[in-house]
Amino acid sequence: MLVDLGIIIGKIAFVLVNILNGAGILTWVERKQSALISDRIGANRASILGIRLLGLVNSLADAVKLIFKEDFVPPRGLRVVHFLAPIFAMGPVFLTMAVIPFGPPVEMFGREFKLQILDIDIGILYILAFGSIAVYGAMLAGWASNSKYALLGGMRASAQMISYEIILGLSLIGPILAFGTMEPGAMVNAQNQYLWGWIPTWGLVVQPVAFLLFLPAAMAETKRAPFDMPEGESEIIGFATEYSGMRWGMFFLGEFAEIVVLAGVMTAVFFGGYHVPFLFDAVEKAGQAGFHFPWGMYIPLGEWTVVILRMLAFGAKLAILMWLQMQIRWTFPRFRYDQLMRVSWKEMMPIALVNIAVTGLVILWLNK
Amino acid sequence: MITVRQVREVKLSAWQNTYYPELWRGMFITSKHFFQNFGRFIGRAVGLKVKRPLVTFQYPEERRPIAPRWRGRHRLMLRPDGAPRCVACMMCETACPDKCIYITAGEALDGRIEKYPVAFEIDLLRCCFCGLCVEACPEDAIRMDSGYIDLGGYSRAEFYLDRDYLLKDSALTTHSQFRGELDGVVVTRVDLLAQAKHH
Repeated sequence: MLVDLGIIIGKIAFVLVNILNGAGILTWVERKQSALISDRIGANRASILGIRLLGLVNSLADAVKLIFKEDFVPPRGLRVVHFLAPIFAMGPVFLTMAVIPFGPPVEMFGREFKLQILDIDIGILYILAFGSIAVYGAMLAGWASNSKYALLGGMRASAQMISYEIILGLSLIGPILAFGTMEPGAMVNAQNQYLWGWIPTWGLVVQPVAFLLFLPAAMAETKRAPFDMPEGESEIIGFATEYSGMRWGMFFLGEFAEIVVLAGVMTAVFFGGYHVPFLFDAVEKAGQAGFHFPWGMYIPLGEWTVVILRMLAFGAKLAILMWLQMQIRWTFPRFRYDQLMRVSWKEMMPIALVNIAVTGLVILWLNK
Repeated sequence: MITVRQVREVKLSAWQNTYYPELWRGMFITSKHFFQNFGRFIGRAVGLKVKRPLVTFQYPEERRPIAPRWRGRHRLMLRPDGAPRCVACMMCETACPDKCIYITAGEALDGRIEKYPVAFEIDLLRCCFCGLCVEACPEDAIRMDSGYIDLGGYSRAEFYLDRDYLLKDSALTTHSQFRGELDGVVVTRVDLLAQAKHH
């Protein structure tokens, strides 16, 4: 009992610490990566006793500044809602990560533990639900600010979320059909099969169209460029217009945490989760843990080595996907608002529906 | 003769109009920059002789070379005896389109000139650096500096330059003298201070 509790708390702490650290480091990565793309150096001025740590100190300085900055509440704004909005923006994001398995099941103290905080059958629905709750933060912030610009930003946020939430849901139906489950852990396990013995059945291989729909829809959920209509800095329309200090910081910490979480969801659904191609553990290959290549080669590895390799693989996939999101954010121009709506309703939605139909037909044909 | 320059009209092919392949081409270009610069950074860090990765200057330490003909903040020039050249004729104050020069004239007691500036103030926050004051001055008393000048300050008061500030580090001049560098050629000047001492 006590061991169970300890392990649950340990898992929660591990995931939370990783997301928070990831979000913090992403603020630095964003500045440095955009700098490298445009042949600049980027943040490197702040220093502690002359140590600059490649600009990492800038993130610390930012945090200190945000904490000590004046916390402004607009006069005649809704104080309580104004206070709650950043919490609504940040909280649900962390909850989403609970259903993502970050490692294979481990044997400890004579029992098996899943490296996944919450193991529920409707994991994908859970992800979609909490992903859409995060938009309440932006909407409430716009409403509580007593400012027409903030209100317009909040309205844009809600309209955009409704449009892209639909695409998000529809694009995930393909993988759900293909893997025959809604539980992320089971989904990840289904991706350790091999087509014709050598192509891993990753979501990307089985459902490439779903991935190409999911990625932009998920990026629209994070409210980052090219989908940054709710912020719209260049138009001074943004749900966070009337926010200052750490409350503003919480919106953006939530945004960065969302990038980490999205990378986690994409890893689990489309990139084989913690699985490395041709790496099997003892349960899957009758006591012979290690690499089993299709041409018959076998590299034996210890049981714990496999576990650690798989967790590292999960981390690496997470890192690559976060890099990809950053790269997209700094490459693509913003949409105009009507273009944003057109892309969602007139272009992505039909493709998503066709994808579901084709997937269904193929599964019917295969099961005959 | 009017020559008409043909503007190249960009026609997108159907393939480009689908938007998607061009997005990935853009991704390829930015990624190329990213990995190139990343590699160069790492190469520099481990001591390899690779190309300088970036084009920006690290400002306070590295400064971008500016053109020798560039002119910045004003300065008041000195006579060989160390007094300001300005005779408080108000020409610059009159010529100034921004009305940012304020001169208070006083009677000169040495008999050679009639007036001298008791106060000569320039409000740099209003100044548009047009150089008309330099053009208007009959005595060549006001000039604009070349080379790097730090025009930064923490309060409005710091941009309100008084006479002593404008005279600080000023050179002793005659009408014909040019001081400094023009188009890369260094023009040396007669040491008027030394000459003045001999007289």
